[in-house]
Amino acid sequence: MDKVRSAREAVSAITDGMTIGIGGWGPRRKPMALIRELLRSPVKDLTVVAYGGADVGLLCAAGKVKRVIFAFVSLDFIPLEPYFRKARESGAIEVSEIDEGMMLLGLRAAAWGVPYIPTKIGLGTDVVRLNPQIKMVDSPYDDKEWLAMPALKLDVALIHVSRADQRGVCQIDSPDVYMDDWFARAAETTIVSCDELVDSAHFHQGDNARSVFWERNVTQMVVPIAGGAHPSSCDPLYGFDMGHFKEYAASASGDGIDAYLEKYVSAKDEQTYQSLVGGIDAIRALPLPVY
Amino acid sequence: MTQQDYSLAELMTVAAAEAFRGNGEVLATGIGLLPRLAASLAMKTFTPELMMTDSQSWLLSEPNNVSGRAASDQQAQESWMGFSRIFDNVWSGKRHAMVGPTQIDAYGQTNISALGGEYTKPKIQMLGVRGFPGNSICHANSFFVPNHSRRVFVPGECDVVCSIGYNPQRLPRGYSLDDIDIRLVISNLCVMDWGGANHQLRVVSLHPGVSFDEVQDNTSFDLAQVDNLTTTPAPTAEQMAIMATLDPANSRAKQLKDNPVGDRRRLEESNNV
Repeated sequence: MDKVRSAREAVSAITDGMTIGIGGWGPRRKPMALIRELLRSPVKDLTVVAYGGADVGLLCAAGKVKRVIFAFVSLDFIPLEPYFRKARESGAIEVSEIDEGMMLLGLRAAAWGVPYIPTKIGLGTDVVRLNPQIKMVDSPYDDKEWLAMPALKLDVALIHVSRADQRGVCQIDSPDVYMDDWFARAAETTIVSCDELVDSAHFHQGDNARSVFWERNVTQMVVPIAGGAHPSSCDPLYGFDMGHFKEYAASASGDGIDAYLEKYVSAKDEQTYQSLVGGIDAIRALPLPVY
Repeated sequence: MTQQDYSLAELMTVAAAEAFRGNGEVLATGIGLLPRLAASLAMKTFTPELMMTDSQSWLLSEPNNVSGRAASDQQAQESWMGFSRIFDNVWSGKRHAMVGPTQIDAYGQTNISALGGEYTKPKIQMLGVRGFPGNSICHANSFFVPNHSRRVFVPGECDVVCSIGYNPQRLPRGYSLDDIDIRLVISNLCVMDWGGANHQLRVVSLHPGVSFDEVQDNTSFDLAQVDNLTTTPAPTAEQMAIMATLDPANSRAKQLKDNPVGDRRRLEESNNV
């Protein structure tokens, strides 16, 4: 029942051609340390399913991605993700562009073991035209056509949470869970990084168990990495690192991804990365965003 | 302060607030500072039944200020409303979103995904379709256009059709055009609705000093106009005060380039002096 792994051990479960789902939303609570570990691995040809931010941008820029299944890729205050933009505008990746809610339905279908969920979302738009693999179905109950959102089965889900115990009980303190619970449930293997590893007794206290959004048998590996969401936020522990995102974005029009990876990722471990961005205390001091 | 001293941003905000009049208990979502300020203004005045979030994960009994807030500030949260629950609400239809598409076509279809080139290799990759497909077929939508131009109001169809509109060619089986609910378009020149023949885009009111011809010249397709074309009403003193309270840092002054005056005729008068 000890599911604790190093980032390297955990990420080695990901192999060429797999479909991976990434939790979080834009620049918020992304499992970035796991993404950096993935960038250091030789893995390629991934299909990535995400409410995307720099996770998607980095993986695309580093040539890890065959296809992105997305509704948006954005850093919020930098609306257009610079490296996703480059990948798209150079035709380097295949995409399946779907509605945010369709992605949720696809994850739910995978989690529930059904082939699709009927919905009206997407009808009448280019989502239908640009995704010929998504079929329409008749309903036995009315005469309308329905879009059959296929299950988005994930080989692996990568998620970052506030804290977890070694058995895979995961707690999210942030105001929003996003669709993380569905990413976890839709995946064969769920790898969770956490800012804090706690004793199981932690969950017995007060209302802590109320902020556990999936059961431990949904989580296969736990990777303790304080600050592991940086440069994305892990509200309420830390906000996102605007300065770092600006440098990252500037690199896209400047020296390019190789220089960024050289400086922060390649041949570095997470400890070195964190010291390069000011250390865990500086990460924990990043102000929370105001919306 | 005289009423004539309002800015174009304030005029547009007040006009946009009208989109939410009489909406009742729907989730009002304004994407962008001015649409959000507009929804907040409506909630604070003539449509108190509206529901609004903190743009993050809580439903609020009172709208948050759109500027000058700190992360630690208290807010009047009444329900948890994370993103997955937003979709539950979206799909119920009890929502009215005001969004700012990059392209809008004659059918009311919109684009925030990509521009130009081929879809597999667009000239400009933008955000992606986001929630537009679901929003457009599930609930009411209005559009906020800070720069009324032919680049926004495009000929033919949008480069990527992100939202369903009044296009018979794309209508799903079992649907009628009346199932689509696009309300107002508030631009920097005028207020429009889709109430022309066959849901043609129709000018309802012109901002002070703007002519119908100017609006038409800046639109790539033919516009209708209502019989008694009026001038978009100026903000009242009460509305100006509420906007100032909701936006204490005056971020509304930074939303439109050079923060133009609301009544451009005043500018012409002063230039003639």
